[in-house]
Amino acid sequence: MTPHETTVAPVRAPVILTMAAALNAAIQDAMRDDPTVVLFGEDVGPLGGVFRVTDGLYAEFGESRVSDSPLAESGIVGTAIGMAMYGLRPVVEMQFDAFSYPAFEQIVSHVAKMRNRTRGRVQLPLVIRIPYAGDIGGVEHHSDSSEAYWTATPGLTVVSPSNPADAYSMLREAISSDDPVIFLEPKSRYWVKAELSLPVHTPPMNTAVVLREGTDVTLIAYGPTVKTALATAELAMAEGLSIEVIDLRSLSPFDDETVGASVRKTSRAAVLHEAAQFGGYGAEVAARLTERNFFHLAAPILRITGFDIPYPSPKLEEYFLPSPDRILAALGMWEWN
Amino acid sequence: MPHHCDMSLNVESLVESTLTAPRPLRLIDDTGRAAPPDEAGGLALPDPATLLSLYRRMVVARRFDVQVTALTRQGRLATYPSALGQEACEIAAVAALGTEDWLFPTYRDSIALLTRGVPPEQILASFRGDWHSGYDQNAHRIAAQATPLATQALHAVGLATASKLKRDSTVALTLLGDGATSEGDAHEAFNFAAVWQAPVVFLVQNNQFAISVPLDKQMRCRTIADKAIGYGMPGYFVDGNDVAAMYAVTSAAVENARGGHGPTLIEGLTYRMEAHTNSDDPSRYRDAGDLEVWRRRDPITRLDTYLGAVGALSDAERADIRAEAEDLAADTRECMTRSAPVDPLELFDHVYATPHPALVEQRAFLEAELAEHAAAASSTSGTAEAGGTR
Repeated sequence: MTPHETTVAPVRAPVILTMAAALNAAIQDAMRDDPTVVLFGEDVGPLGGVFRVTDGLYAEFGESRVSDSPLAESGIVGTAIGMAMYGLRPVVEMQFDAFSYPAFEQIVSHVAKMRNRTRGRVQLPLVIRIPYAGDIGGVEHHSDSSEAYWTATPGLTVVSPSNPADAYSMLREAISSDDPVIFLEPKSRYWVKAELSLPVHTPPMNTAVVLREGTDVTLIAYGPTVKTALATAELAMAEGLSIEVIDLRSLSPFDDETVGASVRKTSRAAVLHEAAQFGGYGAEVAARLTERNFFHLAAPILRITGFDIPYPSPKLEEYFLPSPDRILAALGMWEWN
Repeated sequence: MPHHCDMSLNVESLVESTLTAPRPLRLIDDTGRAAPPDEAGGLALPDPATLLSLYRRMVVARRFDVQVTALTRQGRLATYPSALGQEACEIAAVAALGTEDWLFPTYRDSIALLTRGVPPEQILASFRGDWHSGYDQNAHRIAAQATPLATQALHAVGLATASKLKRDSTVALTLLGDGATSEGDAHEAFNFAAVWQAPVVFLVQNNQFAISVPLDKQMRCRTIADKAIGYGMPGYFVDGNDVAAMYAVTSAAVENARGGHGPTLIEGLTYRMEAHTNSDDPSRYRDAGDLEVWRRRDPITRLDTYLGAVGALSDAERADIRAEAEDLAADTRECMTRSAPVDPLELFDHVYATPHPALVEQRAFLEAELAEHAAAASSTSGTAEAGGTR
């Protein structure tokens, strides 16, 4: 049971929502249910955020609960820590992935370590929302996939939704969690739509889900690449290849149970992400699946990722991002017999 | 060259009119006499009973500090950053706070913890390697001592802002060093606090060295207190070895914050009499002569002289305070003889409120490893006994 299932509000009539609107609804419902939830960051007030994820919240909740902060990410996260110490549940926004880096020290040295340092006495129930990844034609520093910095840091919980239903449900769960959560929002998916009856409940945020069943290959994706994985599976079917698609949802913790079961079933796996390959999150996925499932594997686990280069400018990003064709070509490199 | 264009771009000429006095505010001078009114900046000297209480706490704190430095030299603590000579700043900070207020200290502020009631054993837990923070932060309303520089100032601003949002009267005070004011987080904390009018006090102990680097390599402005002007908050440059002035200014800043009038930046000009830590060698970067100069400005000696002269401190009271300090030193030595077992399995217990499965697995791994070692140890000792003497 996820904590926000205690909400007494009845299920509302179905509406079509973008992922950005689903995130907005999640924050709005969380703030209505819990007066300790506060929201601040850059441009999140009257403007409603550069992606409009916080649209209308300033008008509803006012300056005391929704505020534009000075333009300083370390300051945003550092003050959120102090607020969480005093019983609030701050939800803060890093405007773009690469703009979270000034907050790196606060996140790694304090957000991640406070609970352990204080033997559990000081909990930090806060959510750091980070719009991340590319495929939106963004200028430099607006398309980074920085997840490996956070997943390499003990003490953080790192999740990323790929669709509107998960966006709502996982953000509600993240806000009600007593642990700090890095909430990675794939920018390229902000405008994808789904019909939802709020408050929608999807599986717990720390679990992976099998989005499409298959028998030949397990394709492991999260956030922005889930759409690519599903498109690839559709194409592969025409070629007689049955791909099982897993949406990890939670990067840390990693759902060994769900993913391991799939890999043991198909005996082949590939992990997909936009981030560069070297030292990337896919390396961890491939290594731990191999360690735990070696004798079930028919082939080495592949990483199909961005190249080991800084994120390219808009005219070149299509060559950087893993496409269904590139994924199918990679799977074709295995010996199949 | 046109003659009318000889304006020199001189920082001093632009802002001199707004700078705070370059001479620190003080109420009791180096020799223990009441400072003249032009040095007191309108501050009132605290009453003798308050001064006596501050004196007592400084004497006790210094004895603790000296004792812990000795224990560190004996190799019984991994490290100890001493605050010897800085007692006036440390004790004034704590004395200015109410029980509902929060203190955000750094690694050098152990005597502030002591003065706010944390038992020696819990203060030393981190320095002897038991755990990263050894006291109940919520019970004492003292955040875990910060080791990175200036990061805790933002936590103080956040907590103070939360207090304001909840309409509580809680104020936060953070201690900082002079070196920390070069960090970006110090700037962000000053700015956020001023913009949000957070009920927070920044007390910068300017002990003039960041490990080995002197303040003139940290900044170009005359005083750290001057920086407050740029953030739109009051700044005070205070004699950090005059506990009377430090207490008067800090108390006023705390009550100002509590009254809804926002943050204050206070610079206490003091001197770090000890090395940075026991692994430092100050002879490589500062003159022994400076130490002598600052010894003559000692915060305890000057208050002792003042209180003696006004008849507020008798030899009997001195002996009583000395005895209290010695008792504390004895307690501190004694606590180091008590064993403080650490449980390796606790390593996994506090990282997350909702445990990650990987940690559950790793805890089980370590548990099995420990059991194996214990079994091996008991079989080895059994063999030794069976073998007897050869």
